Amino acid sequence: MALLNIRNLTVKFATATGSFTAVDGIDVSVDKGEVLAIVGESGSGKSVSMLAVMGLLPDTATITADEMTYDGRDISRLTASERRRLIGREITMIFQEPVASLNPSFTTGFQIEEVLRLNLGMSRSQARARALELYRAVGIPEPEEKLKSYPHQMSGGQCQRVMIAMAIASNPRLLIADEPTTALDVTIQKQILDLLMKLQEDYGMALILITHDMGVVAETADRVVVQYKGKKMEEADVLSLFEAPQHPYTRALLSALPENATGDRLPTVSDFFAQEAAR
Amino acid sequence: MSAPQTPVVEGRAIVQDYHVPGGMFARAKTVRALKGVDFKVEKGKTLAIVGESGSGKSTLARVIALIDAPSGGELRIEGKPVDIRRQRPGPEMRSKVQMVFQNPYGSLNPRQKIGDVLMEPLVINTNTPAAERRERAEAMLAKVGLQPEHFNRYPHMFSGGQRQRIAIARALMLNPSLLVLDEPVSALDLSVQAQVLNLLADLQDEFGLTYVFVSHDLSVVRYIADDVMVISKGEAVEQGSREVLFADPQHPYTRQLFAATPVTDVEAIRARVQRRKAARAVA
Repeated sequence: MALLNIRNLTVKFATATGSFTAVDGIDVSVDKGEVLAIVGESGSGKSVSMLAVMGLLPDTATITADEMTYDGRDISRLTASERRRLIGREITMIFQEPVASLNPSFTTGFQIEEVLRLNLGMSRSQARARALELYRAVGIPEPEEKLKSYPHQMSGGQCQRVMIAMAIASNPRLLIADEPTTALDVTIQKQILDLLMKLQEDYGMALILITHDMGVVAETADRVVVQYKGKKMEEADVLSLFEAPQHPYTRALLSALPENATGDRLPTVSDFFAQEAAR
Repeated sequence: MSAPQTPVVEGRAIVQDYHVPGGMFARAKTVRALKGVDFKVEKGKTLAIVGESGSGKSTLARVIALIDAPSGGELRIEGKPVDIRRQRPGPEMRSKVQMVFQNPYGSLNPRQKIGDVLMEPLVINTNTPAAERRERAEAMLAKVGLQPEHFNRYPHMFSGGQRQRIAIARALMLNPSLLVLDEPVSALDLSVQAQVLNLLADLQDEFGLTYVFVSHDLSVVRYIADDVMVISKGEAVEQGSREVLFADPQHPYTRQLFAATPVTDVEAIRARVQRRKAARAVA
């Protein structure tokens, strides 16, 4: 049975000029221990659908779905306290801007210990010991020292490691990573992706990776969902997607990669839609 | 025509120091962002400068674009030494070198209409009459793939890709010979990135432009560059033609960069999927 199962999810935002549909009838499911990549360009609704699951959308959003279940439980019917027990413990999330995700006025150690104390009910000394353990697990050098560091004293890659440490603190069964490496250099990106994949295997958790980068998809995913303008274009296992993309939009995205350039010009997505229309 | 062509831009032992003033608790210190970098770019060619954050690639771009004066070394534009500390570059020199920045949301004035954005370089640097300024701005809009009705619109009415087209149009208004592009497609979606890269290639052919293209993305560099400079901690660790550098990287840092770049090759994916299956079977 799927760990997270979403059917026909629609998210609408009330705006000054009327209702805007950001996600339009999306189905997403992820199994235990599986890595699912949701890939799309800006405005494809790839983040919004996951924020809806986490309950992080503003009041202007209207969420409807035929089914939204986690481990057989209906997420949309949870009470606030049930939701708090689920989100942040069993389902956790990391975001794109690691430095902005941390509070600049507290040490990173304080922030991770806060998660451990409030969410898992640990005592101060337990939390300190566990924080140290987590810093080691995510490969932060000099962990004792770094627990006392403020976010601005650490690099972007290290801050993302701290965010990952927080996210795995409760041994979650599902981690949602929203563009976790977009703000990082390629060599750091590689380290963070390797770390996420290692943790995913060690802890057997499911991972949903939201990204715009086909390279990241190629290096991590088991299965891929391609989204465009709030709709699902294609869903396939990673090898079939790259080997034989079915949807014209996927083909367009793959051929727009500079490394796949044939000849002098890069084919663009609009070229592809023009070709499809001409057919 | 003399046989060896004068490079459009040439740098010899460019050094840049930043002075960090001391505060209540900190001592003043000097950071050497560029440690003697040499380069030259021939007319109509593209030099890509590749590096990670903090490598000094943008510092070098600002020196080449005559925005910052280097602390040491010599910069030559079309064979002539330029020292902006000693002598402010005149309109003629400013017209030769133009720059396009990374973030098209930050590099356009939100209160300035697109037409005014494009005409401003002409107002500042030339005596072109108003009617002709307008004509040239409209022609340039068409060149970069925008419509005449965009002339009176404000930047917020455009998408990221369109704004980057506007920034490129503004840089081209003075018919420069050298365009310095600092991560021009990093903020753009993949499909829009392809459009802007195509546009840059077309404009280079049409106007014989020379590009200095700063990027962290090796796949973009491989597509657009003639020559590549890999820069790390203020030093050019490797320089060469694109073919040679990509076929046979010499420096450990270049190799590390290549190894970290994700590959979308089907065989590599197949190998990874199989490794994962095998690991699961054991567990």
